[in-house]
Amino acid sequence: MIKFFLMVNKQGQTRLSRYYEHVEIHKRTVLEAEVIKNCLSRSKDECSFVEYKDFKLVYRQYAALFIVVGINQTENEMAVYELIHNFVEVLDKYFSRVSELDVSFSIMFNLDRVHIILDEMVLNGCIVETNRNRILAPLFVLDKVAEG
Amino acid sequence: SVPSSPIRLRELIRTIRTARTQAEEREMIQKECAAIRSSFREEDNTYRCRNVAKLLYMHMLGYPAHFGQLECLKLIASQKFTDKRIGYLGAMLLLDERQDVHLLMTNCIKNDLNHSTQYVQGLALCTLGCMGSSEMCRDLAGEVEKLLKTSNSYLRKKAALCAVHVIRKVPELMEMFLPATKNLLNEKNHGVLHTSVVLLTEMCERSPDMLAHFRKLVPQLVRILKNLIMSGYSPEHDVSGISDPFLQVRILRLLRILGRNDDDSSEAMNDILAQVATNTETSKNVGNAILYETVLTIMDIKSESGLRVLAINILGRFLLNNDKNIRYVALTSLLKTVQTDHNAVQRHRSTIVDCLKDLDVSIKRRAMELSFALVNGNNVRGMMKELLYFLDSCEPEFKADCASGIFLAAEKYAPSKRWHIDTIMRVLTTAGSYVRDDAVPNLIQLITNSVEMHAYTVQRLYKAILGDYSQQPLVQVASWCIGEYGDLLVSGQCEEEEPIQVTEDEVLDILESVLISNMSASVTRGYALTAIMKLSTRFTCTVNRIKKVVSIYGSSIDVELQQRAVEYNALFKKYDHMRSNTNPSVTVITIQASNSTELEMTDFVFQAAVPKTFQLQLLSPSSSVIPAFNSGTITQVIKVLNPQKQQLRMRIKLTYNHKGSAMQDLAEVNNFPPQSWQ
Repeated sequence: MIKFFLMVNKQGQTRLSRYYEHVEIHKRTVLEAEVIKNCLSRSKDECSFVEYKDFKLVYRQYAALFIVVGINQTENEMAVYELIHNFVEVLDKYFSRVSELDVSFSIMFNLDRVHIILDEMVLNGCIVETNRNRILAPLFVLDKVAEG
Repeated sequence: SVPSSPIRLRELIRTIRTARTQAEEREMIQKECAAIRSSFREEDNTYRCRNVAKLLYMHMLGYPAHFGQLECLKLIASQKFTDKRIGYLGAMLLLDERQDVHLLMTNCIKNDLNHSTQYVQGLALCTLGCMGSSEMCRDLAGEVEKLLKTSNSYLRKKAALCAVHVIRKVPELMEMFLPATKNLLNEKNHGVLHTSVVLLTEMCERSPDMLAHFRKLVPQLVRILKNLIMSGYSPEHDVSGISDPFLQVRILRLLRILGRNDDDSSEAMNDILAQVATNTETSKNVGNAILYETVLTIMDIKSESGLRVLAINILGRFLLNNDKNIRYVALTSLLKTVQTDHNAVQRHRSTIVDCLKDLDVSIKRRAMELSFALVNGNNVRGMMKELLYFLDSCEPEFKADCASGIFLAAEKYAPSKRWHIDTIMRVLTTAGSYVRDDAVPNLIQLITNSVEMHAYTVQRLYKAILGDYSQQPLVQVASWCIGEYGDLLVSGQCEEEEPIQVTEDEVLDILESVLISNMSASVTRGYALTAIMKLSTRFTCTVNRIKKVVSIYGSSIDVELQQRAVEYNALFKKYDHMRSNTNPSVTVITIQASNSTELEMTDFVFQAAVPKTFQLQLLSPSSSVIPAFNSGTITQVIKVLNPQKQQLRMRIKLTYNHKGSAMQDLAEVNNFPPQSWQ
């Protein structure tokens, strides 16, 4: 299962955090700091899977943003690696449509939307939907309701 | 002044971004929290949503937001979709079953599960499925079960995962979901298929009965998988040219569980596994993710040997791939299969050994573990060479494990005693400070048992610590060895290599250096002191020096050393007479045994017992074989301590083998000449 889903920038600022298991709030900030430190210290020659404590991190870097997913032993690391990219593609489709600003900027100022997208893709640490249109459908409805 | 309406989330974010220090940020957050709190107190419905959104943002930054929990509940109870959306999100982020307040959600969730808008129903399912407590799950399981049977695929897929959560929280409820699973796999919608497979997997893993029951689904799962592979391009599900890889992976995992320990199911999936294994495009990560899962399934079910070899060869190809991710998963998988499919994995040994030089730490670790698993009698020399080189150059975090692994492998497969000692020496000198504590007594045992290597070993160890005595395990083993075989060292008896010239004083020099060095651990000093003491019976010229050293340490601050020194001092005083043959209280008797019969006597052992007031010391006999026809003798020296100068009497027992039988002779010797004991 997926234990958590994080978006952290190079400076260590958390842009999105979602935990699928209960973690105390002060432990979260420690975890997030350690995780980004781990990922930043990796070189180009190292793989995208980090063994961390008793579980694993799968990470991908997009410009200045790291997406880090914590998984347990039952998950297929490479499938999660694909999932991250799937997520980024959905974000890209939604935000490039909505604003002309840089996507990472849009993420920051529309955090609630990003959460909604994530909720449509992952439920309780498990993949629920990967089709872009079906993920974004409820969001378009919400946008209409919010406008009206 | 007119109170302004609470600021929007965007404005808060912009404000916080201007903070230049952590303290500044904290101040801004505190100010905003105060504003939000007073706004909550006013019970204002209009801005509640906005305020909670800001609270969630601040929570993400690490600031406490518990005072917003009740507000989330109020939002959930609102009729507006925008309110509910933030309310449920807030509940998922801020609440968990530890807080009593979460139970208040139960009624709202129940109503929303039956809402006329599917997106509201979806919110309720999502929230319940993430953080519903056991009581909530019990209360609402019926609603979830209903939604599991709906034809609305948007709701059905979420209901399946919600059911998984319910089952985890209240395992007894699993049965009630069984009927709904009947036609889950008939769905065309991939979201529903995916989460249905997850639900089936959960049920199979929890209950052997369910597992047996769902085995009948294997043909249907195989068909679905086949369609995914064979169908042409489907824009709806395509990821880099492969149709819904996420679903493929999930199905493969369920097949694994169903095929495990079951011949029929394994056979039913054999073909499709072979097909996926041979036809999946390997140029992109997506294809390899599926291959990886396929290999794991093949190795875990009762697959035929041809398929297993195919799987391992896929892993072997992965090892040669430029993509480090693939090399990583390949090594992980090989490690899982090396015990059961040892020979197949052996074929990839050289590629695995190459991975020891990889730049990725995780890859290196796996390569090391695999390498150890692959060492056998045939390849031990070559493998140890690589692993010793690895030990030399690897990161410190590997050294302890690597050293332990080398010791184990050497013990099992050493081609010769000399090689074994040499390998141990290499490890001790290369990674001497990383060797585990328990290795020291094991090594000592090993050296003791390699009788013919004693001189060689002590010489090599002596040379090793001459230059550097900082590596504790090395120094401990060396000290022990020198203490035990120091006589061989000074007498230059080494056969295996050029013997070195070393004096007793030089040996004591190094041991004393270890004693005084502040690099030496207390345990190490203990070894050194004991070694010095033992040399007092093996050295001839330096006994006084040894006595002096030992007496100095009688007042050492280190309690352990002090105790040893005091005991050794006592030995010197009490039994000094046993050292020298000129001591009048000691009688030295030499026995000679000869054999006049026509057959030799073998396994000859001489034993003696004396009355209580005497003490006896038997030195080693010259041999245990007495040749026939008086052509040779066994000599043995006995030292008897007789402080009370009583008449010497002795009971003796001889045991030996002669003419194929075990023999025993008993006798009393009472006729020792009076000069020998008076």
